[in-house]
Amino acid sequence: MSAATSTDWTRRTAAEMADALAAGEVTSVELTQAHLDRIAEVDGDAAAGVHAFLHVDAEGALAQARASDERRAAGEPRGTLDGVPIAVKDVLATEGLPTTCGSKILEGWVPPYDATVVRRIREAGLPILGKTNMDEFAMGSSTEHSAYGPTRNPWDLDRIPGGSGGGSAAAVAAFEAPLALGTDTGGSIRQPGAVTGTVGVKPTYGGISRYGLVALANSLDQVGPVTRTVLDSALLHEVVGGHDPLDSTSVDQPLPSFVEAARQGAGKDLTGVTVGVISELRGEGWQPGVLARFDEAVERMVAAGAEVVEVSCPSFVHALAAYYLILPAEASSNLAKFDAMRYGLRVLPEGVDAPSAEEVMRATRDAGFGDEVKRRIILGTYALSSGYYDAYYGQAQKVRTLISRDFEAAFGQVDVLLSPTAPTTAFRLGEKLDDPLAMYLNDLATIPANLAGVPGLSVPCGLAEEDGLPVGLQVLAPALADDRLYRVGAAVEALLTEEWGGALLDRAPELKGAAQ
Amino acid sequence: MPEITRDEVAHLATLARIDLSDAELDHLAPQLSVILDSVASISEVASADVPPTSHPLPLTNVFREDVVVPGLTAEQALAGAPESEQQRFSVPRILGDEQ
Repeated sequence: MSAATSTDWTRRTAAEMADALAAGEVTSVELTQAHLDRIAEVDGDAAAGVHAFLHVDAEGALAQARASDERRAAGEPRGTLDGVPIAVKDVLATEGLPTTCGSKILEGWVPPYDATVVRRIREAGLPILGKTNMDEFAMGSSTEHSAYGPTRNPWDLDRIPGGSGGGSAAAVAAFEAPLALGTDTGGSIRQPGAVTGTVGVKPTYGGISRYGLVALANSLDQVGPVTRTVLDSALLHEVVGGHDPLDSTSVDQPLPSFVEAARQGAGKDLTGVTVGVISELRGEGWQPGVLARFDEAVERMVAAGAEVVEVSCPSFVHALAAYYLILPAEASSNLAKFDAMRYGLRVLPEGVDAPSAEEVMRATRDAGFGDEVKRRIILGTYALSSGYYDAYYGQAQKVRTLISRDFEAAFGQVDVLLSPTAPTTAFRLGEKLDDPLAMYLNDLATIPANLAGVPGLSVPCGLAEEDGLPVGLQVLAPALADDRLYRVGAAVEALLTEEWGGALLDRAPELKGAAQ
Repeated sequence: MPEITRDEVAHLATLARIDLSDAELDHLAPQLSVILDSVASISEVASADVPPTSHPLPLTNVFREDVVVPGLTAEQALAGAPESEQQRFSVPRILGDEQ
């Protein structure tokens, strides 16, 4: 393919970069510098450019790259991805690097320790380019709720890159990084993947450590890979996945080989695989161009040997309601720790002589939290209040059981489930900013997986006819069967890439000089 | 339709320790009513015999050996504090005048 002969290293996949490093065709310093140059050219700031990054650590990344090159020269690389640079969502604690969660309340905070996933990528030798933008505390579907200004979609800088992990997805889509880490509580990896034409994976709940992840909703959060290809996601998943004694919800059992599954899928043979199309995740409110690309991709899978059946998951229609009670309830408890006492912002109330700790707390939380965070804290406080608890939070937990039962019944019939990842392509910046309900609807198809703890992947399946913007196909698998995502996802990717005559991102704008 | 009044929002904000301005209260109350209205249907979905799920994994009481491992130094733990004094977090007064 053309990318392999290009002199621009940023256009290659992470797997290709790893091969080139192993073959001595390039150094980690050259790769890292190429990405830093690309960031300087296109990333800009809140006013112009992609604005995927909140913090770029050029010096640190180059130092890590030099160390990687020295290891390789000594014949001691630490693994396949040693020397391949990466970007990290700003919700993961990074020792010595600012971690803001897209919030003013953590502006300037530098964690004294690394999240386990960050420690693992450091130990595997991946230079960290910087921290990526996000909706404040991961609340949002557009990255517009970042206190530091929105990220812009590399396909059209007037549009949203999805959220909450719009920064990680946009960085990868704009060739500012080959790999990124994201987090997915209701779709924050998969929906940005869909609207930016990239790949994103939400692993099985407990499959990747959450230690050092600033929690949004503990029973839903999961860390996962953000990349341009399915194989690259598999490579990164193997680096960061696996049991961590520091996370009590971490699953303690051996992982299947994701890389092997992705390589098998790339053979484009789906003989013996039964896939179920979820009948509830289409119809009214779904963009026709999204459904058309999805249906075509399913037809390609049939031609490749897959058996397709329609599957009904009747409780999925209640998933959004359950999620928007459970999430605010957990979030309102989690965010109680931002109390202006031990770290982060402290604001003294105006005109109060010798204010009390509680007055300082109230003033700080008003000044430090944005609108969406306040909305959800109030909503969660309401849902947990006596008198409402049973009717709302308690019922939402029961609906969660019903959704898990739907998944169990479906996976009794099929190996994987399919749906479009998001109901529409990327909308315009500002379009849904003050209409929370319209914003929440973006997560319709991604939320059920978080409620049940099952893994999901989004892979590009073309451009919608109406607007020429990327569409994502979601693959869902039973808990702990993440390898199926990689096999089926890689098959879809290989079948469609062959049909298109190249990767979808080859058709995205070049963005030259976008930062100015 | 569940209605959430401006006064209720003000009370919830007090519970959540957030000073909301009058403008924020005016803005938030109707928005929260719309959101609540959209999730209200949930109260009729599941029958009494459906058990609640609080967490997707069937894990309880995860234990590990109690061994000493290196932790943060006092300096590291205090590095992000808004104010510190004598290796302690320094906070505003926590008792009222009458206490």
